[in-house]
Amino acid sequence: MEVRLALWVNDKDNVATVFCNDAAGGTELTLRSKSGAGEQITAADSIPYGHKIAVRDIRKGEHIIKYGESIGAASTDIRRGDYVHVHNMEALRGRGDL
Amino acid sequence: MSYSFYGYKRPDGRYGARNLVAVVPTVICTTDVAQAIVRQVQGTCGFFHHQGCCQLPLDLKRVTDTLISLGKGPNVAGVLLVSLGCEGTDWQRIMDELSATGKPVEIIHVQELGGTSRAIQEGIDKAQKLVMQASGVLREECDISNLVMSIKCGGSDTTSGMASNCVIGYVADKLVDLGATVIFGETTEFLGGEHLLARRAVGGEEGPVGQKIYEIVNAMEQRAKAIGCDMRKGQPTPGNIAGGLSSIEEKSLGAIVKSGTRPIQGVLEYPQHAAGCKGLWIKDTPGREPEILTGMAATGAQFMMFSTGRGAPQGFPSMPVIKICGNPNTYTRMENDMDLNAGLIITGEKSIEQVGEEAFEKLIRVLNGEMTKNEAIGYFSAIDIHCLGPVI
Repeated sequence: MEVRLALWVNDKDNVATVFCNDAAGGTELTLRSKSGAGEQITAADSIPYGHKIAVRDIRKGEHIIKYGESIGAASTDIRRGDYVHVHNMEALRGRGDL
Repeated sequence: MSYSFYGYKRPDGRYGARNLVAVVPTVICTTDVAQAIVRQVQGTCGFFHHQGCCQLPLDLKRVTDTLISLGKGPNVAGVLLVSLGCEGTDWQRIMDELSATGKPVEIIHVQELGGTSRAIQEGIDKAQKLVMQASGVLREECDISNLVMSIKCGGSDTTSGMASNCVIGYVADKLVDLGATVIFGETTEFLGGEHLLARRAVGGEEGPVGQKIYEIVNAMEQRAKAIGCDMRKGQPTPGNIAGGLSSIEEKSLGAIVKSGTRPIQGVLEYPQHAAGCKGLWIKDTPGREPEILTGMAATGAQFMMFSTGRGAPQGFPSMPVIKICGNPNTYTRMENDMDLNAGLIITGEKSIEQVGEEAFEKLIRVLNGEMTKNEAIGYFSAIDIHCLGPVI
């Protein structure tokens, strides 16, 4: 069976990137970090190829961390396994609207 | 281990990977004449930009300087300038500075020659002579340290920062260690990652290079913010967002991976040629293809290594562009535009080092004359000059 992967770039990250074409709610994914194969995580929603999954619970306003750095902030509370994208996180840079 | 390639030696000592006669409108108004000449004469390429008149003096100087740097490019064997006669750029200075390099340079003035058809005839005659002269130059072996590689990512998705940009970073480090020059840009795509770059600056984050990096990023962000809206959808683009990139910060952190890990020596202004620059340098450019490809060709780069995830097909008239695709699905779908499949890193079939070595071998072959996919299919018109002020 094809392994359904989510790549976890940095230990500090609270999101991983899903690389399978059919992740739906309930799909089991293997979290792979630099140190090799890791734990399983269950997708709460359908997640498109290359999009992000939360690997921890993230509170509203908390930074979303990828590559060990902030890529924005959660705009709602996010649970482990949730799909993370523009619907529940915001950019903090280039914001002429704030 | 030492590496070499076979290049065309220019009078100024640089080595070109291509041997083209550049037909250069000094202003947008002569584009049709220049296009007719390029269509007719084999071995020419055209720099069909949209600038050169009714602009602020700062920008007219910028356009003049950029055209000079493009003409100095090592892939350019000779230059035919196509002047209208009343443009805002300084055609005389372009002529003088390019002639000083020892390259053959010719000019036609459309108004003085009596219009379009006469100018096309005169231009064809002159271009033909330049091409005949260039065709006598033979390739000779030179050390890899003569290389200037430009790098860029476009049509990015989340695979870019995790696969194709890692490959380019691997190649960039290897070339810097071999004494070559590597230039990266896309200042907009430093937003959120500029501290990581500034810490890699020669002299540290607090030194002049580190501070300059903060300065160019701040200037770019202020220009975008001045419009008063969220930059999202402009950057990242709708395609980036569909590919999973949620913010400019995420795009940037993936984008800067392609610069590798070596120290950053300095920051070049947009029109600047990289003469005398060794190691890793930044050029202050926007991210959009026509403007950055032009800025990178103006550094004197023999080629560009270009990373993509969504699938970007663009190329430049005088500079081969090697496409490294990070997304395995895109590679399968767009194989005719993609030179190398870095998607195998995502699927776990190959390591970054393995694809990095393949990319290195590929670039040597391209320098020696092997065509990139964009060259072979004739997709090489992504050219324009990035200006700061309004058209007036």
